[in-house]
Amino acid sequence: MPLSSADFAAIWLTLQLASITTALLLLFGTPLAWWLARTRSWLKAPIGAVVALPLVLPPTVIGFYLLVAMGPQGPVGALTQSLGLGTLPFTFTGLVVGSLFYSLPFVVQPIQNAFEAIGTRPLEVAATLRAGPLDRFFHVALPLARPGLVTASVLGFAHTIGEFGVVLMIGGNIPDQTRVVSVQIFNHVEAMEYAEAHWLAAGMLLFSFVILLTLQRRGRTGARAIS
Amino acid sequence: MLNARFQLPFAEFALDVDLQLPPRGVTALFGASGSGKTSLLRCIAGLEHAPHGRLQLNAECWQDSQRGIFVPTHQRALGYVFQESSLFDHLTVEGNLRFGYRRIPTAEQRIGLTQAAELLGIDHLLARRPAKLSGGERQRVGIARALLTSPRLLLMDEPLSALDAQRKAEIMPYLERLHAELEIPILYVSHALDEVARLADHMVLLEGGKALASGSINELLPRLDLPLAMGDSAGVIIDGTAESYDADYQLLSLRLPHNGQAIRVAHKPVAIGQQLRLRVQARDVSLSLQQPQHSSILNLLSATIVELAPADNPAHLLVRLDLQGTPLMARITRYSRQQLGLQPGQPVWAQIKSVALLG
Repeated sequence: MPLSSADFAAIWLTLQLASITTALLLLFGTPLAWWLARTRSWLKAPIGAVVALPLVLPPTVIGFYLLVAMGPQGPVGALTQSLGLGTLPFTFTGLVVGSLFYSLPFVVQPIQNAFEAIGTRPLEVAATLRAGPLDRFFHVALPLARPGLVTASVLGFAHTIGEFGVVLMIGGNIPDQTRVVSVQIFNHVEAMEYAEAHWLAAGMLLFSFVILLTLQRRGRTGARAIS
Repeated sequence: MLNARFQLPFAEFALDVDLQLPPRGVTALFGASGSGKTSLLRCIAGLEHAPHGRLQLNAECWQDSQRGIFVPTHQRALGYVFQESSLFDHLTVEGNLRFGYRRIPTAEQRIGLTQAAELLGIDHLLARRPAKLSGGERQRVGIARALLTSPRLLLMDEPLSALDAQRKAEIMPYLERLHAELEIPILYVSHALDEVARLADHMVLLEGGKALASGSINELLPRLDLPLAMGDSAGVIIDGTAESYDADYQLLSLRLPHNGQAIRVAHKPVAIGQQLRLRVQARDVSLSLQQPQHSSILNLLSATIVELAPADNPAHLLVRLDLQGTPLMARITRYSRQQLGLQPGQPVWAQIKSVALLG
């Protein structure tokens, strides 16, 4: 077997991280995307820009500020310590927090686009059919935005799996805690174990290609909201 | 009774209306695009929140900005048919129909799914997806969906405008059935006079966000001071009663309201006593001082001139006539008026060259 138990541990940890991150992002990102798609507030532009920041920033910058904020002297660190949780860097929880920021735009933006594409008409129609605001959100907006939600989940999951810089900055390299696949590949290369690095790297390559191929095929059969 | 008063500023115009509309029958909101018809309908539905407004349907108050009342759309017992049918693509036809139906209390359900589907002839489409329907079918589903919320007011925003002539003709009979079978007021937005002439009992004429006139369609159409009298489509509507049928010549004789006179039209036989709506356009009516003899024109009616007014074309004049209580309009040339010396109060013979039987 070309993969060691340390490799499998890294893969398992990575899948856990990506699943938890994606689930949390869908939970919090969907209302945020809804707000961004519907608001006329001046806050839309600055908040939209903040959401998009991870697209352009080097992951080391995100990781650095998260490390500072979550460290013993940082505001988040002070809060977690006062709650008796200790500090988050170099823990799995810290990694989840980092991934939430890192993958935020990949989840929020497709959902926001989907909500914007639906427009106001289906919601107005639903209102004339006696559906209240929450009813409209759950029974009209969400089902019609389904393609966007699927794209967001896939992108958020895949992007979290590909995370490296942020992990290295705030997570270090602790087996079963913070050692994800990308870090494990780095370790293999450092140790001149190119064959082992290949197995993991090729696996990642294939995984990413299949994901993007699936999205491309879905994109061609784009759904309309209303007819 | 529906009382609607709204003031709502827009970029190009301000909606400013104060209307009292009848509790039954079809009221047409008629006007050119940009006259505020759709905005008025959206205010009534609560989709647009006019800063100054009062809206009362019978005993229910839906908006009173002075008392700070604004009932949100989903709590108003109204049905809305949009310009495009706006069916939910993620649901089947049946899912669309049930969407509103299951959101109203059972005690308020006055019409069932089967009944609504039959009324609009869509019972065979229930399992289909909206994307697989024709434009006319979609619009019928949209109407049935609105009816299934058992509304106390039905709003229709140009439901036929997105359809070609053939689809329009396909839906028209269903709209006429609604008119006959529903006991609620229907507000029907349109800029097509032929639709309005077929369906409406009342009419609100809108221009630049203001109501120029509001009243029964039989009274508004013959008014020479309204823009309705301009253009080729000017004419009147007469609700006649089938009086007799000549099977040999296949001519139906319709008695005019409060009148001893009748109009004959080529038509299939109908039940005696049935009400039928006629449209007589001003350009199809000519005037004569003596009773014309030896004419092929079938309908010669004795009338009195009420009023003369300039038409949009400077060569023409519009003449409003009275047939013992039934108004009629004629479009003649200024030259003819001069030759015949026509004056208000004068008795004349109206020769009607063609009559359109609506519905």
